[in-house]
Amino acid sequence: MLTVLDPGILTTIQDAGRWGYQQYGVPVSGAMDLPALRVANQLVRNSPDEAALEIHSPVALETNAPHLIGLTGAYARFAINGRAMPMWMSVFARAGSTIEIAPKRTGGWLYLAIHGGIDAPRVLGSKSTFLRGKFGGMEGRAHAAGDQIVIGASTIGDLVAAAGRGADVRSMRLSAIDGDESPTTNIRVILGPHDDWFAPEAIAALTREDFIVSETADRMGYRLRGAMLARQRAQELISCGVPLGAIQVPPDGQPIVLMADHQTTGGYPIIATVIGEDIARVAQSVPGDRLNFQIIALNETPHVT
Amino acid sequence: MIHPQPRLLPAGDAALLVEFADEIDDAINDRVHALAHALRAQARPEIRDLVPAYSSLLVCYDPRRASFTEIRAVLQNALESLQTYTSPEPRRVEIPTRYGGEFGPDLAFVAQHNDITEDDVIRLHTTVIYRVYFVGFAPGFAYLGSVPEQIAAPRLETPRTHVPAGSVGIAGRQTGIYPMESPGGWRIIGRTDLSLFDPNCDPPALLRPGDRVRFVSIGQSGNP
Repeated sequence: MLTVLDPGILTTIQDAGRWGYQQYGVPVSGAMDLPALRVANQLVRNSPDEAALEIHSPVALETNAPHLIGLTGAYARFAINGRAMPMWMSVFARAGSTIEIAPKRTGGWLYLAIHGGIDAPRVLGSKSTFLRGKFGGMEGRAHAAGDQIVIGASTIGDLVAAAGRGADVRSMRLSAIDGDESPTTNIRVILGPHDDWFAPEAIAALTREDFIVSETADRMGYRLRGAMLARQRAQELISCGVPLGAIQVPPDGQPIVLMADHQTTGGYPIIATVIGEDIARVAQSVPGDRLNFQIIALNETPHVT
Repeated sequence: MIHPQPRLLPAGDAALLVEFADEIDDAINDRVHALAHALRAQARPEIRDLVPAYSSLLVCYDPRRASFTEIRAVLQNALESLQTYTSPEPRRVEIPTRYGGEFGPDLAFVAQHNDITEDDVIRLHTTVIYRVYFVGFAPGFAYLGSVPEQIAAPRLETPRTHVPAGSVGIAGRQTGIYPMESPGGWRIIGRTDLSLFDPNCDPPALLRPGDRVRFVSIGQSGNP
């Protein structure tokens, strides 16, 4: 078990998402940076889609038992009992240890996986917290001080075996999420489904200009600032299902990239959609960062295995 | 416009949008749900989610298990056999509603806006059997259409920050029920005690795409 000493803000339980319920208006939710969640779980010998703590601001936790933990995601300060610990590795924390985690840049997403997984109830097939719907995770809410996070079954033997594998997994660090702070992040997109709603100049501007992540960036979507993406059709789009990564353009011409908690349907045309592999890069961008969109063809998309 | 052939459009590398039309049409909406039903019956592991809307179906797939070309072929086959498909008898759901007063703060506005009485609004709102075109916006929120022209009303200029759960609203010629307390800009004319969404039930939503819905007045609160 872990006790929450300092909950930070927006610390929630997230797994690989709640698939299959969008027809009832239920968003998929799940980790904002799915590859980072999966690596964190692999570091501690969990199933890759197991639930972990998603951390967005400084938190402090206390272990009530020995635990094997792994921290991935955005760059962070990570310490156990005041001693700096490496991210992207399996780490033992003895019972009674204090774990402190603080993202180095405000806006990044971190994943703390614990061997055994988080013992939260599955709601509609997933442990993910959906804050607006007030369900999933810890009673449908962000963590509060004093929360007891129950960890799934593990034995010391498992922990030792898992620790032995930790070093193997260290090399699994993904280049896509290595936290590079280069001025501009390249994001690959596929045009459409509503690219024919936009003027050719808008399509050109989408790739020519950089777009800046605004302060309005949360688990639902990231609003961007940049070139005005003008439509060539004046009529209203009738609402349709929208996928993760959709770049919606409201009438003000400033795009919004839809993220994990996005509404299932929307009424703004989608000029292009971020490919699955690059969603994490958008997620780990923080207000002020620049995104550069690159249009690729479907047959150029990487096949994740 | 209804497309002569449904358009199969990529929506990123993990979804495909089947667009039948770019307008609202009951027969087209039937086809959307028929296609969703047919795909659900196939229970393909590569298809992770289906999102029906007015005149389109978003098919979310796992790109590690199938390519766009493969999913497109699945859809083309399903669309071909859809010609002879008859949709199942829709469910009928009644929504007991208290109109006006504290439960329907905008009932008077809707009446004045259309130059009719509040009783006329209630009578007209309860006369129509509405179709659930789809569920979206929020968990359990059903897009119902269409209210008679005589009770259509514009959205609030400034949305309310708190609309209570169960609130029945009108926006243009749409009507709907807020499943949970949330911000909202629809004109609220009444409220129901029915639970529209319960995440501990499966399916979690009371109203499902294709259902037929009728509002039943169970009295006005706060009005003599």
